[in-house]
Amino acid sequence: MASYLVRRFLLMLLTLFGMSVLIFVMLRLVPGNITDIIFDSAGFVNPAQKARIERELGLDQPIVTQYVNWIVGLARGDLGYAYVSEKPAIEEILPRIPVTAKLAVLALVFSVLFGVPLGVISAVRQNTPLDYALRVVSLSGLSLPSFWLGLLILMAFVQWFGWIPIYRGSDNLWQELAFLSIPAAAVGFRASALIMRLTRSSMLEVLRQDYIRTARAKGASDSAVNYRHALNNAVLPVVTIIGIEAAFLIGGLIITETVFNIPGVARFLVEAIRWRDYPIVQNLVMFIAIVVVVVNFIVDMAYVVLDPRIKYEE
Amino acid sequence: MREKLVFVAAVGFLAATLGVTPALAEKSGGILRLYHRDNLPSASIHEEATISTVQPFMSVFNNLVLFDQTKKLNTVESIVPDLAESWKWDETGTRLTFKLRQGVKWHDGKPFTAKDVQCTWNKLTGKDPADDLRKNPRAIWWHNLKEVEVNGDHEATFVLKRPQPAVLSMLASGYTPVYPCHIKSQVMRTAPIGTGPFKFVEFKRGDIVRFERNPDYFKKGRPYLDGITWKVIENRSTRILAFVAGEFDMTFSADVTIPLLKDVTSQAPKAVCEVAPTYVSTNLIINPKAAPFSDPKIRKAMALALDRQVFIDILSGGKADLAGVMLPGPVGSWGMPPEKLQTLPGYGTDIEKNRAEGRKIMESLGYGQDKPLKIKVSTRNIAIYRDPAVILIDQLKKIHIDGELEVIDTSIWHAKVTRGEFSVGLNLTGVGVDDPDVNLYENYSCDSERNLTKYCNKEVDALIEKQSREADVAKRREIVWEVERRLAEDLARPIILYDRQATCWQPFVKGFVLHQNSIYNNWRFEDVWLDK
Repeated sequence: MASYLVRRFLLMLLTLFGMSVLIFVMLRLVPGNITDIIFDSAGFVNPAQKARIERELGLDQPIVTQYVNWIVGLARGDLGYAYVSEKPAIEEILPRIPVTAKLAVLALVFSVLFGVPLGVISAVRQNTPLDYALRVVSLSGLSLPSFWLGLLILMAFVQWFGWIPIYRGSDNLWQELAFLSIPAAAVGFRASALIMRLTRSSMLEVLRQDYIRTARAKGASDSAVNYRHALNNAVLPVVTIIGIEAAFLIGGLIITETVFNIPGVARFLVEAIRWRDYPIVQNLVMFIAIVVVVVNFIVDMAYVVLDPRIKYEE
Repeated sequence: MREKLVFVAAVGFLAATLGVTPALAEKSGGILRLYHRDNLPSASIHEEATISTVQPFMSVFNNLVLFDQTKKLNTVESIVPDLAESWKWDETGTRLTFKLRQGVKWHDGKPFTAKDVQCTWNKLTGKDPADDLRKNPRAIWWHNLKEVEVNGDHEATFVLKRPQPAVLSMLASGYTPVYPCHIKSQVMRTAPIGTGPFKFVEFKRGDIVRFERNPDYFKKGRPYLDGITWKVIENRSTRILAFVAGEFDMTFSADVTIPLLKDVTSQAPKAVCEVAPTYVSTNLIINPKAAPFSDPKIRKAMALALDRQVFIDILSGGKADLAGVMLPGPVGSWGMPPEKLQTLPGYGTDIEKNRAEGRKIMESLGYGQDKPLKIKVSTRNIAIYRDPAVILIDQLKKIHIDGELEVIDTSIWHAKVTRGEFSVGLNLTGVGVDDPDVNLYENYSCDSERNLTKYCNKEVDALIEKQSREADVAKRREIVWEVERRLAEDLARPIILYDRQATCWQPFVKGFVLHQNSIYNNWRFEDVWLDK
């Protein structure tokens, strides 16, 4: 197990190195750079002033030097200066991470809390009106774009309550979570639909197994069969999909943060890409890559806990 | 007692019958809650050419003089003192002397002096040895400024190379604040220091900009508000819904389009909404260096294909203005009257006749229905650019030009256009002040960096300078109209329309007057108060 962990750790480092090169090169292949964009709001481009800004920002240096400077800075914990705000990149990124983290966790919690039980109910009550209704709900969750759903929620609140649930920020954690719960529901709806469908199909497969029949034959109650015997075994693919969804969530968050006006990292990342604010984009994408790699690692480790048959051998 | 009651009742009756509203006493306090439509590029007004920066940050600063914030029209007559107590032209029209207020302090406590005025214009004219402005989009405004002389701490004289009456109007624009000498430009871009009614508090990108009342403001009793917050909301649906829900006290300038206005007024019937010209033109840009557009005949044919009224009807429900280069009346002071406008090439009312002439030109050049000229119509990826570009492509088809829409990432639009990497484009151009010097020098003179098509006609330049020198308004207007004619004949950036949009505010927002002939000059907010 120990050597497996070391191998996994080295693989993670290799993945992150590959990501860093990819991010760095791809960003510079996109047409236009920060100096073009800085001039855009002035409605013209002055080549001499542009060259001076490029010098100031170190963009006139060879690409390899720029890459090495970034990685060395990263290793020292120095993320560089944001081109647009002219502040240390860390000051721009750090305050936004907790907002998005809370939203992402809430969305995941929402999707699991709704997806798993409803998926189980749908499987247990297969081909009943309740099952049909839940399948319609899950299908609509997969089909409705989250920005549309978000706008619909906003319009409904304005129409019925004369109040709009956009983000206001609060020092009180519970108040903030209450604000975030509505956008979290909007973004988590899609993931919950996916989890619901997967739980249902996985449960249906398990419920047909011999050991379930044996459990019923020895007189175990329905709830014990469904939740202790069946769900325990059906949950493994669901855990995998939760891990994948956690990575995909960032895409949904971009839209939701825009519609609900949440000052999180997802929306900020898109904005930084638009501005070609390299220090922000590079560091944020690296941060997201690290989160995804770590989540995948946690999911792999979770298999061992959930299924004792799985062992990562030497 | 009975007499008193009778008197009060009589006054009340008279007031009611005559429609007299008792003057409201201004109330102090409260935070004005506004939204911002996008991520503003920086806080430095002098380094930007966008309402996104002027609107929030104008309240931090003062000008030497200012367009009266309580009058709807920006004219020479509506210019009032600001940091200058008074001003005086010399008899040659080349020396404009300002007597400055005493006792004015920057927000960091340092005294404001004439040196600050000199410093600001040294930066703008490239005479500042530190030269730390990243960009200077309105350098052309000050091309005639020789220097700023100071006489003690409270007198500054603008010395011009030749007479230019319009300088005063340019100084009165929201684009022309006085900057502090002792603060670096980098700080002005991120946390500006001014003398204005509101002090900068914070600027979190993509989130919020906050200002608080300046208790030491030199205008006694102003501002009324305790502060202003600008929440950045990029999604238009969200921000309009938020305004309707009462989350904000005012919309962003001209953010409510004509179709949206119906929704806003039906959902928030008490909101005050005013439709006004934006002085932002939708215009056609043709690159004369890109073949085959180097041939003036093709450019003429394109101008003849335009049916401006169709653009106006589709894009603004008929509300936008048909115009030449200058904003038309009644709000514009310099635009051609309709009967004169119709005599310009491409402005005739018989569109079919124009297009027949256009087709004839194209056919003489070897193009026809079976062999159309294939072009790309470039525009930036924003709806207000894309929508007219689509109409343009449809209209060009009428003269055997087959256009394909090329949507350019909005952040690199100006870079591409400046590099001449386009053949035909659809562009929007905002004008800061309703004065020919601003519009003509900025967009059509040979030396302007913001002359996107690099149009250059020395004769037109001479005419622009001639009108600029002219102090007699009637004579100046005649020269301006001659310039208009020449620009139309040369097809220098044909104007398709001047747009009108609405700005809305809640009924309890008092003391705010929306200017009608520029969106850039009325955001000082020092007279605004909340009747809550």
